[in-house]
Amino acid sequence: MKFNRTAAALACVWVTMVIGLFGCEQKKPEPPKPAPEAPKPAAEAPKPVAEVHPGMEIQWWHSMTGALNDRVNDIANGFNASQKDYKVTPVFKGQYPESMTAAIAAFRAGSAPHILQVFEVGTATMMAAKGAIKPVYQMMKEANEPFDPKNYLAAVAGYYTDSKGNMLSMPFNSSTPVFYVNKDAYKKAGLDPDKAPKTWKEFAAAAEKLKASGQACVYSTGWPSWVHVENFSSWHNLPIGTKSNGFDGFDTQFTVNSPQHVAHIAMLADYAKKGWFTYSGRRNEAEARFFSGECAMLTSSSAAQGNIRKNAKFEFSVNFLPYNDTIKGAPQNSIIGGATLWVMSGKKPDEYKGVTKFFAYLSSTDVQTVWHQGTGYVPITNAAFEATKKAGYYEKNPGTDVAIRQLNNKAPTANSKGLRFGNFVQGREVIEEEMEAVFAGKKQPKAAMDEAVKRANDILRKFEAANK
Amino acid sequence: MEKRVVFRSAWLPYALVAPQLAITIVFFFWPAFQAAWFSFQLQDAFGLKTEFVGLRNFAELFNDPHYLKSFKITALFSVLVAVIGIAVSLLLATMADRVLRGALAYKTLLIWPYAVAPAVAAVLWAFLFAPSVGIITFALKQIGVEWNYVLQGDQAMALVVIASVWKQISYNFLFFLAWLQSVPKSLIEAAAIDGAGPMRRFWTVVFPLLAPTTFFLLVVNMVYAFFETFGVIDATTQGGPAGATQILVYKVYHDGFKSQDLGGSSAQSVVLMIIVIALTVIQFRFVERKVHY
Repeated sequence: MKFNRTAAALACVWVTMVIGLFGCEQKKPEPPKPAPEAPKPAAEAPKPVAEVHPGMEIQWWHSMTGALNDRVNDIANGFNASQKDYKVTPVFKGQYPESMTAAIAAFRAGSAPHILQVFEVGTATMMAAKGAIKPVYQMMKEANEPFDPKNYLAAVAGYYTDSKGNMLSMPFNSSTPVFYVNKDAYKKAGLDPDKAPKTWKEFAAAAEKLKASGQACVYSTGWPSWVHVENFSSWHNLPIGTKSNGFDGFDTQFTVNSPQHVAHIAMLADYAKKGWFTYSGRRNEAEARFFSGECAMLTSSSAAQGNIRKNAKFEFSVNFLPYNDTIKGAPQNSIIGGATLWVMSGKKPDEYKGVTKFFAYLSSTDVQTVWHQGTGYVPITNAAFEATKKAGYYEKNPGTDVAIRQLNNKAPTANSKGLRFGNFVQGREVIEEEMEAVFAGKKQPKAAMDEAVKRANDILRKFEAANK
Repeated sequence: MEKRVVFRSAWLPYALVAPQLAITIVFFFWPAFQAAWFSFQLQDAFGLKTEFVGLRNFAELFNDPHYLKSFKITALFSVLVAVIGIAVSLLLATMADRVLRGALAYKTLLIWPYAVAPAVAAVLWAFLFAPSVGIITFALKQIGVEWNYVLQGDQAMALVVIASVWKQISYNFLFFLAWLQSVPKSLIEAAAIDGAGPMRRFWTVVFPLLAPTTFFLLVVNMVYAFFETFGVIDATTQGGPAGATQILVYKVYHDGFKSQDLGGSSAQSVVLMIIVIALTVIQFRFVERKVHY
């Protein structure tokens, strides 16, 4: 993974040097596959998708690594074996931003894939690219495929639905941040391992005892902006931005410098100073520190469960995110992260027919049940959730239903339906940069969040201007 | 007397340089002009809508304090890499020059890191300094230093400087060693007879003779720090934390490829291009004259 990215980066810098500092803008005649794409982890080469298949090829670019990559290949193999007309070829294209960039370059070169996995923060960018995408509801209608958005989990589908209730992309892997607790560390600190903190107040009490018991790292978090700004907002029913978090128009503005947001960041900074909170980075670096036993508590994606279960040599529990009980209405519900499948424009009707068939297969209860149970992502259809419940899976595997219960905690409000901000890849980075400045003790929380809002709003204005 | 070879044919010389020219045009001029053209445009990610915005991308760039900060970071980073890299390799070269036994082994080992790709070098150092599992992190903790380069900007800068310097030392070392070996022994012996100690001999006799090499290496190291350290940064800090290691080249990549802001990224490329042109002119017009060869 790392090497793949660095190889791409290297190729890029060479090209940059050679072609006069312009960077690696893909030229029209260039083939769509950037050279360094051979990312398959040497250790576990994915099973080749059915050697000789007579069907029409459907390209599916994704960003799933490790065990998730295997699951993706399983789904494609299953589909290919189930019929003869189409052959889905999954291609790993790097991390989310990279596969999106690759697809954009390919689109400009006229050779985009049929299906592209795009992470949730890219949603607004994809929606705005009207000529580049084929909305899923439209494709389904043209192919006469029975398709009812109501079959899909509201908390998931709502994120990818336009104002008229049309589903634009196909939900695929959705997760939400949850709160993991190392029960053994709790025992050692003299805490009740079955009572995980529900509020940040209780959290502080537990953190103090854990620290006193000699715990090297008390708490860490993955995805700082997603957990502590975006989901903090929805969990406390606070707006992230105006215009219903951007759902009602591009002329939205961020509101994450509210007193409640600032107080939360200040609280984390205070915990960092006390040694109760250790910053680990912007992605999921913190997860390894949790399952190695270094950190006793963790907030990160519910999809980390599989990995934690596999690696942790201690008892742990999965819980709702802590909330601030001084904010009225909390806890509301959390919002999803993860990715959906977008269909690219400019393909033949026959090929769209194949994509339609594949999506129908993907949404089938059997495939979804296996996906949900095997990965920790929430199921995308209500039927798959019910089937899993009926099979007694949640009783046998406590914690696996926390994500879905947290997403459905209350009926979503305008503040907790999701978010839709243009260029939010950049916007989120700005927020994370400012958070880092606070945790490093270089900035005051208020000043940092004001600056984050100002910079992120500039990015929104630029997006608005480019997508009038 | 200069011997001149003149082509009789009118077209042959052009035909001979044509491949070079073609490569230069395709890989340099064409993209450069396209970058310049893009820098005046506002485009959505997929290139569906394009609007001519004149100098607005540039105006936004220079009103962005983070872009100006990136300038300062680049300056600091390249000076650190060039100065430390040259100083350390000069020291190593003078040492290696005096070694009598096993000289070849030392020299070979010192040259090895050059064979390592910048990204790989960076990953090696990042492992040593990793916040939770790094062996140096552990050692630092024992002496009471709290090391977490994913959060502390200064530490992140130190890490990328160390990785970049380590990678470049071999190159500098080779040049210094070659020049040291070509310093006439008679000069040094004469100085010794006049009563100059080793330090004095080095600074008054050897070092002035090394001036052209040092100047050459200064230029090469600056260029290295400016452009080739991309791999180091991408593999370790990715410009963070809070933009503390975001050098200009990395920002071009970041804004263009991760954020899909082609106009802004192209404007930055144009600015970089102007800087490089200016630096080259200064080098060859003014600085080079003052160095004795």
